[in-house]
Amino acid sequence: MLFPHGAMDFFYFIIFPGFAFTVVVGLLSTWVDRKVSARIQWRVGPPWYQPFADVAKLMGKETIVTERSSRMTFLVAPFIGFAAIILVSTIVWLANIYPGSSFVGDLIVVVYLLYLPSIALIIAGSSSRNPFGALGASREMKLMLAYEVVFLFAIFTVVVKNGGIISLGGILDYQASHGAMLSQGASCIIAFIVALLYMPAKLGIVPFDIPEAETEIIAGPYTEYSGAILAIFKLTKAMLLFTLPIFVLTLFAKTVWTPWTILWYLLILVFIILVKNTNPRVRIDQALKVFWLPMLGLSILGIILAAVGL
Amino acid sequence: MSNSNNHQLSGIKKWGFKKSPWVFHLSTGSCNNCDIEILDALTPRFDIERFGILLVGTPRHADILLVTGIVTVQALPRLLHVYEQTAKPCLVVAVGTCPCTGGIFDGSYHHVGPLDKIIPVDVYIPGCPPKPEAIISGIVKGLAKL
Repeated sequence: MLFPHGAMDFFYFIIFPGFAFTVVVGLLSTWVDRKVSARIQWRVGPPWYQPFADVAKLMGKETIVTERSSRMTFLVAPFIGFAAIILVSTIVWLANIYPGSSFVGDLIVVVYLLYLPSIALIIAGSSSRNPFGALGASREMKLMLAYEVVFLFAIFTVVVKNGGIISLGGILDYQASHGAMLSQGASCIIAFIVALLYMPAKLGIVPFDIPEAETEIIAGPYTEYSGAILAIFKLTKAMLLFTLPIFVLTLFAKTVWTPWTILWYLLILVFIILVKNTNPRVRIDQALKVFWLPMLGLSILGIILAAVGL
Repeated sequence: MSNSNNHQLSGIKKWGFKKSPWVFHLSTGSCNNCDIEILDALTPRFDIERFGILLVGTPRHADILLVTGIVTVQALPRLLHVYEQTAKPCLVVAVGTCPCTGGIFDGSYHHVGPLDKIIPVDVYIPGCPPKPEAIISGIVKGLAKL
Protein backbone atom coordinates (compact mmCIF):
# COMPACT_ATOMS: atom_id res chain seq x y z
CA MET A 1 0.00 0.00 0.00
CA LEU A 2 1.35 3.39 -0.96
CA PHE A 3 -0.66 5.21 1.69
CA PRO A 4 -1.22 3.56 5.03
CA HIS A 5 -3.89 6.06 6.06
CA GLY A 6 -6.38 6.57 3.25
CA ALA A 7 -7.77 9.77 4.71
CA MET A 8 -4.32 11.31 4.76
CA ASP A 9 -3.86 11.12 0.97
CA PHE A 10 -5.03 14.66 0.46
CA PHE A 11 -2.65 15.94 3.11
CA TYR A 12 0.26 13.99 1.62
CA PHE A 13 -0.30 15.23 -1.90
CA ILE A 14 -1.23 18.83 -1.20
CA ILE A 15 0.53 19.84 1.99
CA PHE A 16 3.50 17.97 3.34
CA PRO A 17 5.67 15.94 1.05
CA GLY A 18 3.74 16.93 -2.05
CA PHE A 19 2.75 20.30 -3.40
CA ALA A 20 3.13 23.03 -0.74
CA PHE A 21 6.29 21.77 0.93
CA THR A 22 8.13 21.08 -2.33
CA VAL A 23 7.11 24.43 -3.81
CA VAL A 24 8.38 26.39 -0.81
CA VAL A 25 11.67 24.52 -0.46
CA GLY A 26 12.14 24.39 -4.24
CA LEU A 27 11.69 28.15 -4.60
CA LEU A 28 14.13 28.71 -1.74
CA SER A 29 16.58 26.45 -3.60
CA THR A 30 16.29 28.59 -6.72
CA TRP A 31 17.01 31.58 -4.49
CA VAL A 32 20.18 29.84 -3.23
CA ASP A 33 21.07 29.31 -6.89
CA ARG A 34 20.62 32.99 -7.78
CA LYS A 35 22.29 34.26 -4.62
CA VAL A 36 25.38 32.06 -4.94
CA SER A 37 25.65 32.91 -8.66
CA ALA A 38 25.47 36.59 -7.74
CA ARG A 39 28.18 36.23 -5.09
CA ILE A 40 30.41 34.41 -7.59
CA GLN A 41 29.97 37.37 -9.97
CA TRP A 42 30.80 39.78 -7.12
CA ARG A 43 27.23 41.04 -6.84
CA VAL A 44 24.81 41.26 -3.95
CA GLY A 45 22.02 39.25 -5.52
CA PRO A 46 18.27 39.13 -4.94
CA PRO A 47 16.56 38.96 -1.52
CA TRP A 48 15.28 35.59 -0.25
CA TYR A 49 11.67 36.25 -1.28
CA GLN A 50 12.62 36.92 -4.91
CA PRO A 51 11.35 33.61 -6.42
CA PHE A 52 8.06 34.02 -4.51
CA ALA A 53 7.68 37.53 -5.92
CA ASP A 54 8.35 36.19 -9.42
CA VAL A 55 5.62 33.58 -9.08
CA ALA A 56 3.16 36.03 -7.48
CA LYS A 57 3.72 38.45 -10.33
CA LEU A 58 3.36 35.81 -13.06
CA MET A 59 0.09 34.66 -11.47
CA GLY A 60 -1.25 38.20 -11.80
CA LYS A 61 -0.30 38.62 -15.44
CA GLU A 62 -2.30 38.03 -18.57
CA THR A 63 -2.04 34.55 -20.13
CA ILE A 64 -1.80 34.84 -23.88
CA VAL A 65 -2.61 31.87 -26.09
CA THR A 66 -1.21 32.45 -29.54
CA GLU A 67 -3.65 32.41 -32.40
CA ARG A 68 -2.21 29.51 -34.35
CA SER A 69 -1.03 27.31 -31.48
CA SER A 70 -3.02 24.20 -30.60
CA ARG A 71 -4.85 25.75 -27.69
CA MET A 72 -5.63 22.71 -25.56
CA THR A 73 -2.16 21.14 -25.76
CA PHE A 74 -0.53 24.50 -25.16
CA LEU A 75 -2.49 25.04 -21.94
CA VAL A 76 -2.29 21.46 -20.62
CA ALA A 77 1.44 20.87 -21.25
CA PRO A 78 2.76 22.68 -18.12
CA PHE A 79 0.45 20.72 -15.85
CA ILE A 80 1.73 17.33 -17.10
CA GLY A 81 5.20 18.00 -15.73
CA PHE A 82 3.81 19.73 -12.65
CA ALA A 83 1.59 16.81 -11.66
CA ALA A 84 4.42 14.34 -12.28
CA ILE A 85 6.87 16.20 -10.08
CA ILE A 86 4.33 16.43 -7.23
CA LEU A 87 3.91 12.64 -7.44
CA VAL A 88 7.67 12.04 -7.50
CA SER A 89 8.14 14.23 -4.45
CA THR A 90 5.32 12.51 -2.57
CA ILE A 91 6.59 8.99 -3.34
CA VAL A 92 10.21 9.76 -2.48
CA TRP A 93 9.43 11.55 0.77
CA LEU A 94 6.84 9.04 1.94
CA ALA A 95 9.33 6.23 1.34
CA ASN A 96 11.74 8.15 3.55
CA ILE A 97 9.26 8.92 6.31
CA TYR A 98 7.21 5.69 6.31
CA PRO A 99 9.36 2.99 4.68
CA GLY A 100 6.29 0.75 4.86
CA SER A 101 4.47 2.90 2.30
CA SER A 102 6.97 1.92 -0.37
CA PHE A 103 5.85 -0.73 -2.89
CA VAL A 104 7.85 -3.05 -5.15
CA GLY A 105 8.87 -1.18 -8.27
CA ASP A 106 8.33 2.39 -7.03
CA LEU A 107 11.91 3.09 -8.09
CA ILE A 108 10.83 2.38 -11.66
CA VAL A 109 7.69 4.50 -11.22
CA VAL A 110 9.82 7.43 -10.05
CA VAL A 111 12.20 7.06 -12.99
CA TYR A 112 9.27 7.08 -15.42
CA LEU A 113 7.60 10.05 -13.72
CA LEU A 114 10.88 11.98 -13.92
CA TYR A 115 10.66 11.75 -17.73
CA LEU A 116 7.39 13.67 -17.72
CA PRO A 117 8.69 17.22 -17.02
CA SER A 118 11.01 16.89 -20.02
CA ILE A 119 8.23 15.47 -22.16
CA ALA A 120 5.97 18.33 -21.05
CA LEU A 121 8.65 20.72 -22.26
CA ILE A 122 8.77 18.99 -25.65
CA ILE A 123 4.96 19.13 -25.95
CA ALA A 124 4.96 22.80 -24.92
CA GLY A 125 7.62 23.76 -27.43
CA SER A 126 5.95 21.88 -30.26
CA SER A 127 2.43 23.12 -29.59
CA SER A 128 3.31 26.81 -29.32
CA ARG A 129 3.91 27.23 -33.08
CA ASN A 130 7.02 29.25 -32.46
CA PRO A 131 10.28 28.53 -34.31
CA PHE A 132 12.25 29.00 -31.10
CA GLY A 133 9.85 26.69 -29.29
CA ALA A 134 10.21 24.04 -31.98
CA LEU A 135 14.00 24.31 -31.87
CA GLY A 136 13.98 24.05 -28.10
CA ALA A 137 11.68 21.01 -28.22
CA SER A 138 13.92 19.25 -30.74
CA ARG A 139 17.01 19.99 -28.63
CA GLU A 140 15.31 18.75 -25.47
CA MET A 141 14.43 15.53 -27.29
CA LYS A 142 18.05 14.93 -28.28
CA LEU A 143 19.30 15.85 -24.84
CA MET A 144 16.85 13.42 -23.23
CA LEU A 145 18.16 10.63 -25.47
CA ALA A 146 21.62 11.55 -24.27
CA TYR A 147 21.22 11.74 -20.50
CA GLU A 148 18.42 9.36 -19.59
CA VAL A 149 20.28 6.20 -20.65
CA VAL A 150 23.23 7.17 -18.49
CA PHE A 151 21.09 7.86 -15.42
CA LEU A 152 19.21 4.60 -15.90
CA PHE A 153 22.55 2.78 -15.84
CA ALA A 154 23.55 4.60 -12.65
CA ILE A 155 20.34 3.45 -10.98
CA PHE A 156 20.90 -0.03 -12.38
CA THR A 157 24.30 -0.08 -10.66
CA VAL A 158 22.60 0.53 -7.31
CA VAL A 159 20.09 -2.23 -8.00
CA VAL A 160 22.79 -4.72 -8.99
CA LYS A 161 24.86 -3.76 -5.97
CA ASN A 162 22.10 -4.30 -3.43
CA GLY A 163 20.99 -7.56 -4.95
CA GLY A 164 17.97 -6.63 -7.05
CA ILE A 165 15.91 -4.48 -4.70
CA ILE A 166 13.70 -2.20 -6.81
CA SER A 167 11.68 -0.46 -4.12
CA LEU A 168 12.80 2.76 -2.47
CA GLY A 169 11.82 1.42 0.94
CA GLY A 170 13.91 -1.71 0.31
CA ILE A 171 16.92 0.34 -0.72
CA LEU A 172 16.53 2.46 2.42
CA ASP A 173 16.31 -0.66 4.61
CA TYR A 174 19.38 -2.07 2.89
CA GLN A 175 21.29 1.15 3.58
CA ALA A 176 20.08 1.23 7.16
CA SER A 177 21.59 -2.22 7.79
CA HIS A 178 24.65 -2.12 5.50
CA GLY A 179 25.59 1.59 5.54
CA ALA A 180 25.05 4.16 2.77
CA MET A 181 25.34 2.94 -0.83
CA LEU A 182 28.23 5.34 -1.35
CA SER A 183 30.34 3.47 1.19
CA GLN A 184 29.72 0.13 -0.54
CA GLY A 185 32.53 0.30 -3.05
CA ALA A 186 33.90 1.80 -6.24
CA SER A 187 30.89 0.94 -8.40
CA CYS A 188 28.51 3.10 -6.35
CA ILE A 189 30.95 6.02 -6.24
CA ILE A 190 31.16 5.88 -10.05
CA ALA A 191 27.36 5.72 -10.30
CA PHE A 192 27.06 8.69 -7.94
CA ILE A 193 29.46 10.77 -10.04
CA VAL A 194 27.42 9.89 -13.14
CA ALA A 195 24.23 10.93 -11.33
CA LEU A 196 25.83 14.21 -10.25
CA LEU A 197 26.73 15.04 -13.85
CA TYR A 198 23.28 14.00 -15.02
CA MET A 199 21.59 16.53 -12.76
CA PRO A 200 22.48 19.76 -14.61
CA ALA A 201 21.23 18.20 -17.85
CA LYS A 202 17.94 17.12 -16.32
CA LEU A 203 17.44 20.46 -14.61
CA GLY A 204 18.29 22.46 -17.74
CA ILE A 205 21.17 24.27 -16.06
CA VAL A 206 24.38 25.43 -17.75
CA PRO A 207 26.43 23.69 -19.24
CA PHE A 208 23.43 21.67 -20.48
CA ASP A 209 20.78 24.40 -20.78
CA ILE A 210 20.79 23.81 -24.53
CA PRO A 211 16.97 23.56 -24.92
CA GLU A 212 16.33 27.00 -23.41
CA ALA A 213 19.58 28.74 -24.32
CA GLU A 214 18.51 32.35 -23.80
CA THR A 215 21.40 33.78 -25.81
CA GLU A 216 20.55 31.67 -28.87
CA ILE A 217 16.88 30.76 -28.93
CA ILE A 218 15.23 33.34 -26.60
CA ALA A 219 13.70 30.95 -24.06
CA GLY A 220 13.22 27.80 -26.13
CA PRO A 221 9.95 26.00 -25.36
CA TYR A 222 8.94 28.74 -22.89
CA THR A 223 9.06 31.49 -25.53
CA GLU A 224 5.31 31.81 -26.09
CA TYR A 225 4.30 31.16 -22.48
CA SER A 226 3.14 34.02 -20.29
CA GLY A 227 1.36 34.60 -17.01
CA ALA A 228 0.10 31.76 -14.85
CA ILE A 229 1.13 28.87 -17.13
CA LEU A 230 4.68 30.23 -17.26
CA ALA A 231 4.57 30.29 -13.45
CA ILE A 232 3.64 26.58 -13.51
CA PHE A 233 6.76 25.90 -15.56
CA LYS A 234 8.89 27.93 -13.15
CA LEU A 235 7.42 26.00 -10.22
CA THR A 236 8.09 22.67 -11.96
CA LYS A 237 11.73 23.63 -12.45
CA ALA A 238 12.08 24.80 -8.86
CA MET A 239 10.50 21.61 -7.50
CA LEU A 240 12.76 19.49 -9.70
CA LEU A 241 15.76 21.36 -8.33
CA PHE A 242 14.75 20.15 -4.87
CA THR A 243 13.33 16.70 -5.62
CA LEU A 244 16.01 15.36 -7.95
CA PRO A 245 18.96 15.77 -5.51
CA ILE A 246 16.78 14.31 -2.72
CA PHE A 247 15.99 11.30 -4.94
CA VAL A 248 19.68 10.78 -5.72
CA LEU A 249 20.56 11.17 -2.02
CA THR A 250 17.89 8.62 -1.12
CA LEU A 251 19.47 6.16 -3.53
CA PHE A 252 23.08 6.73 -2.60
CA ALA A 253 23.63 8.38 0.75
CA LYS A 254 20.66 7.85 3.00
CA THR A 255 21.37 6.44 6.41
CA VAL A 256 19.43 8.58 8.87
CA TRP A 257 17.82 11.96 8.31
CA THR A 258 19.92 14.36 10.34
CA PRO A 259 20.95 18.00 9.85
CA TRP A 260 23.82 16.48 7.88
CA THR A 261 21.36 15.47 5.20
CA ILE A 262 20.48 19.12 4.65
CA LEU A 263 24.19 19.81 4.35
CA TRP A 264 24.48 16.99 1.79
CA TYR A 265 21.64 18.53 -0.21
CA LEU A 266 23.21 22.01 -0.02
CA LEU A 267 26.56 20.56 -1.09
CA ILE A 268 25.01 18.99 -4.19
CA LEU A 269 23.16 22.25 -4.92
CA VAL A 270 26.32 24.33 -4.59
CA PHE A 271 28.20 21.85 -6.77
CA ILE A 272 25.57 22.29 -9.49
CA ILE A 273 25.75 26.08 -9.11
CA LEU A 274 29.55 26.13 -9.27
CA VAL A 275 29.51 24.01 -12.44
CA LYS A 276 26.90 26.39 -13.84
CA ASN A 277 28.97 29.49 -13.14
CA THR A 278 32.33 28.20 -14.34
CA ASN A 279 31.37 26.51 -17.59
CA PRO A 280 30.08 27.72 -20.94
CA ARG A 281 27.10 26.07 -22.60
CA VAL A 282 28.03 23.08 -24.76
CA ARG A 283 26.53 22.49 -28.19
CA ILE A 284 23.94 19.73 -28.59
CA ASP A 285 26.38 17.48 -30.47
CA GLN A 286 28.99 17.99 -27.76
CA ALA A 287 26.43 17.10 -25.10
CA LEU A 288 25.57 13.91 -26.96
CA LYS A 289 29.27 13.06 -27.21
CA VAL A 290 29.84 13.70 -23.50
CA PHE A 291 26.95 11.50 -22.46
CA TRP A 292 27.26 8.72 -25.00
CA LEU A 293 31.02 8.18 -24.91
CA PRO A 294 32.76 8.91 -21.58
CA MET A 295 29.69 8.92 -19.36
CA LEU A 296 28.13 5.78 -20.85
CA GLY A 297 31.51 4.05 -20.59
CA LEU A 298 31.78 5.14 -16.97
CA SER A 299 28.31 3.93 -16.07
CA ILE A 300 28.83 0.56 -17.81
CA LEU A 301 32.08 0.22 -15.89
CA GLY A 302 30.04 0.89 -12.72
CA ILE A 303 27.63 -1.94 -13.57
CA ILE A 304 30.48 -4.35 -14.33
CA LEU A 305 32.21 -3.46 -11.06
CA ALA A 306 28.94 -3.92 -9.18
CA ALA A 307 28.38 -7.29 -10.86
CA VAL A 308 31.80 -8.58 -9.76
CA GLY A 309 31.11 -7.27 -6.29
CA LEU A 310 33.27 -4.16 -5.95
CA MET B 1 -5.19 52.28 -28.95
CA SER B 2 -6.05 52.28 -25.28
CA ASN B 3 -4.97 55.13 -23.06
CA SER B 4 -3.39 53.10 -20.28
CA ASN B 5 -1.46 49.90 -19.82
CA ASN B 6 -4.11 48.56 -17.46
CA HIS B 7 -2.51 49.23 -14.09
CA GLN B 8 -5.34 47.91 -11.98
CA LEU B 9 -3.20 45.89 -9.60
CA SER B 10 -3.76 45.26 -5.94
CA GLY B 11 -2.49 43.23 -3.01
CA ILE B 12 -0.01 40.45 -3.63
CA LYS B 13 -0.03 40.91 -7.40
CA LYS B 14 1.06 44.52 -7.00
CA TRP B 15 3.77 43.46 -4.56
CA GLY B 16 4.96 40.81 -7.00
CA PHE B 17 5.00 43.25 -9.90
CA LYS B 18 7.01 45.77 -7.91
CA LYS B 19 9.50 43.21 -6.67
CA SER B 20 10.03 41.31 -9.90
CA PRO B 21 9.89 43.52 -13.00
CA TRP B 22 11.37 41.74 -16.01
CA VAL B 23 12.46 44.07 -18.78
CA PHE B 24 12.38 43.64 -22.52
CA HIS B 25 14.57 45.90 -24.59
CA LEU B 26 13.19 47.19 -27.88
CA SER B 27 14.99 49.49 -30.29
CA THR B 28 12.82 51.39 -32.73
CA GLY B 29 15.55 52.93 -34.85
CA SER B 30 17.93 54.29 -32.25
CA CYS B 31 21.57 55.19 -32.83
CA ASN B 32 22.56 52.36 -30.43
CA ASN B 33 23.71 54.80 -27.78
CA CYS B 34 20.82 54.32 -25.36
CA ASP B 35 20.95 50.57 -26.00
CA ILE B 36 24.53 50.46 -24.78
CA GLU B 37 23.59 52.48 -21.69
CA ILE B 38 20.81 49.97 -20.99
CA LEU B 39 23.35 47.15 -21.24
CA ASP B 40 25.58 49.09 -18.84
CA ALA B 41 22.69 49.30 -16.38
CA LEU B 42 22.41 45.50 -16.51
CA THR B 43 26.05 44.85 -15.59
CA PRO B 44 27.20 43.48 -12.18
CA ARG B 45 28.37 46.98 -11.23
CA PHE B 46 24.79 48.16 -10.80
CA ASP B 47 23.47 44.68 -9.92
CA ILE B 48 19.81 45.38 -10.60
CA GLU B 49 18.95 41.77 -9.80
CA ARG B 50 18.93 43.10 -6.21
CA PHE B 51 15.54 44.57 -7.13
CA GLY B 52 14.45 41.48 -9.04
CA ILE B 53 15.00 43.08 -12.43
CA LEU B 54 15.95 40.57 -15.11
CA LEU B 55 16.45 40.98 -18.84
CA VAL B 56 14.18 38.60 -20.76
CA GLY B 57 14.33 37.67 -24.41
CA THR B 58 10.65 37.62 -25.29
CA PRO B 59 7.87 40.20 -24.79
CA ARG B 60 5.61 37.40 -23.50
CA HIS B 61 7.64 37.31 -20.28
CA ALA B 62 8.16 41.07 -20.03
CA ASP B 63 6.70 43.48 -17.50
CA ILE B 64 8.57 46.55 -18.67
CA LEU B 65 9.18 47.54 -22.28
CA LEU B 66 12.29 49.69 -22.60
CA VAL B 67 11.82 51.51 -25.89
CA THR B 68 14.73 53.40 -27.41
CA GLY B 69 15.00 55.40 -30.61
CA ILE B 70 12.69 57.63 -32.64
CA VAL B 71 9.87 55.51 -33.99
CA THR B 72 10.75 55.21 -37.67
CA VAL B 73 8.24 54.39 -40.38
CA GLN B 74 9.80 50.95 -40.74
CA ALA B 75 9.87 50.25 -37.01
CA LEU B 76 6.25 51.29 -36.37
CA PRO B 77 4.52 47.97 -37.29
CA ARG B 78 7.14 46.03 -35.32
CA LEU B 79 6.65 48.28 -32.29
CA LEU B 80 2.89 47.75 -32.36
CA HIS B 81 3.39 44.02 -32.84
CA VAL B 82 5.72 43.75 -29.83
CA TYR B 83 3.44 45.93 -27.72
CA GLU B 84 0.49 43.68 -28.49
CA GLN B 85 2.56 40.57 -27.73
CA THR B 86 3.49 41.86 -24.28
CA ALA B 87 1.47 40.31 -21.48
CA LYS B 88 -0.46 43.05 -19.68
CA PRO B 89 -0.20 44.74 -17.24
CA CYS B 90 3.07 46.23 -18.35
CA LEU B 91 5.01 49.46 -18.06
CA VAL B 92 6.31 51.26 -21.13
CA VAL B 93 9.48 53.27 -20.57
CA ALA B 94 10.79 55.72 -23.17
CA VAL B 95 14.57 55.72 -22.83
CA GLY B 96 16.41 58.69 -24.29
CA THR B 97 15.37 61.95 -25.85
CA CYS B 98 14.33 60.35 -29.16
CA PRO B 99 11.26 58.39 -27.95
CA CYS B 100 10.38 61.22 -25.51
CA THR B 101 10.18 64.07 -28.02
CA GLY B 102 11.85 63.09 -31.27
CA GLY B 103 14.89 65.21 -30.45
CA ILE B 104 16.78 66.49 -33.45
CA PHE B 105 14.83 64.13 -35.71
CA ASP B 106 11.54 65.88 -35.02
CA GLY B 107 9.83 66.58 -38.33
CA SER B 108 12.02 64.26 -40.39
CA TYR B 109 10.45 62.31 -43.23
CA HIS B 110 10.96 58.98 -41.44
CA HIS B 111 9.87 60.10 -37.98
CA VAL B 112 6.39 58.85 -37.03
CA GLY B 113 6.21 60.76 -33.78
CA PRO B 114 7.07 60.70 -30.12
CA LEU B 115 6.37 57.31 -28.59
CA ASP B 116 3.38 58.53 -26.53
CA LYS B 117 1.48 59.34 -29.71
CA ILE B 118 1.58 55.64 -30.60
CA ILE B 119 1.39 53.63 -27.37
CA PRO B 120 0.72 54.75 -23.79
CA VAL B 121 3.99 55.65 -22.06
CA ASP B 122 4.46 55.51 -18.28
CA VAL B 123 7.97 56.81 -17.76
CA TYR B 124 10.08 59.27 -19.76
CA ILE B 125 13.84 59.18 -19.29
CA PRO B 126 15.34 62.05 -21.32
CA GLY B 127 19.03 62.28 -22.09
CA CYS B 128 21.24 61.60 -25.07
CA PRO B 129 21.98 59.02 -23.81
CA PRO B 130 20.66 58.90 -20.23
CA LYS B 131 23.13 57.54 -17.69
CA PRO B 132 22.51 54.02 -16.31
CA GLU B 133 21.72 55.63 -12.94
CA ALA B 134 19.02 57.71 -14.64
CA ILE B 135 17.53 54.61 -16.29
CA ILE B 136 17.40 52.71 -12.98
CA SER B 137 15.93 55.77 -11.23
CA GLY B 138 13.29 56.12 -13.95
CA ILE B 139 12.24 52.48 -13.63
CA VAL B 140 12.03 52.81 -9.83
CA LYS B 141 9.80 55.88 -10.25
CA GLY B 142 7.64 54.01 -12.71
CA LEU B 143 7.19 51.16 -10.25
CA ALA B 144 6.38 53.61 -7.45
CA LYS B 145 3.59 54.98 -9.63
CA LEU B 146 1.75 51.65 -9.71
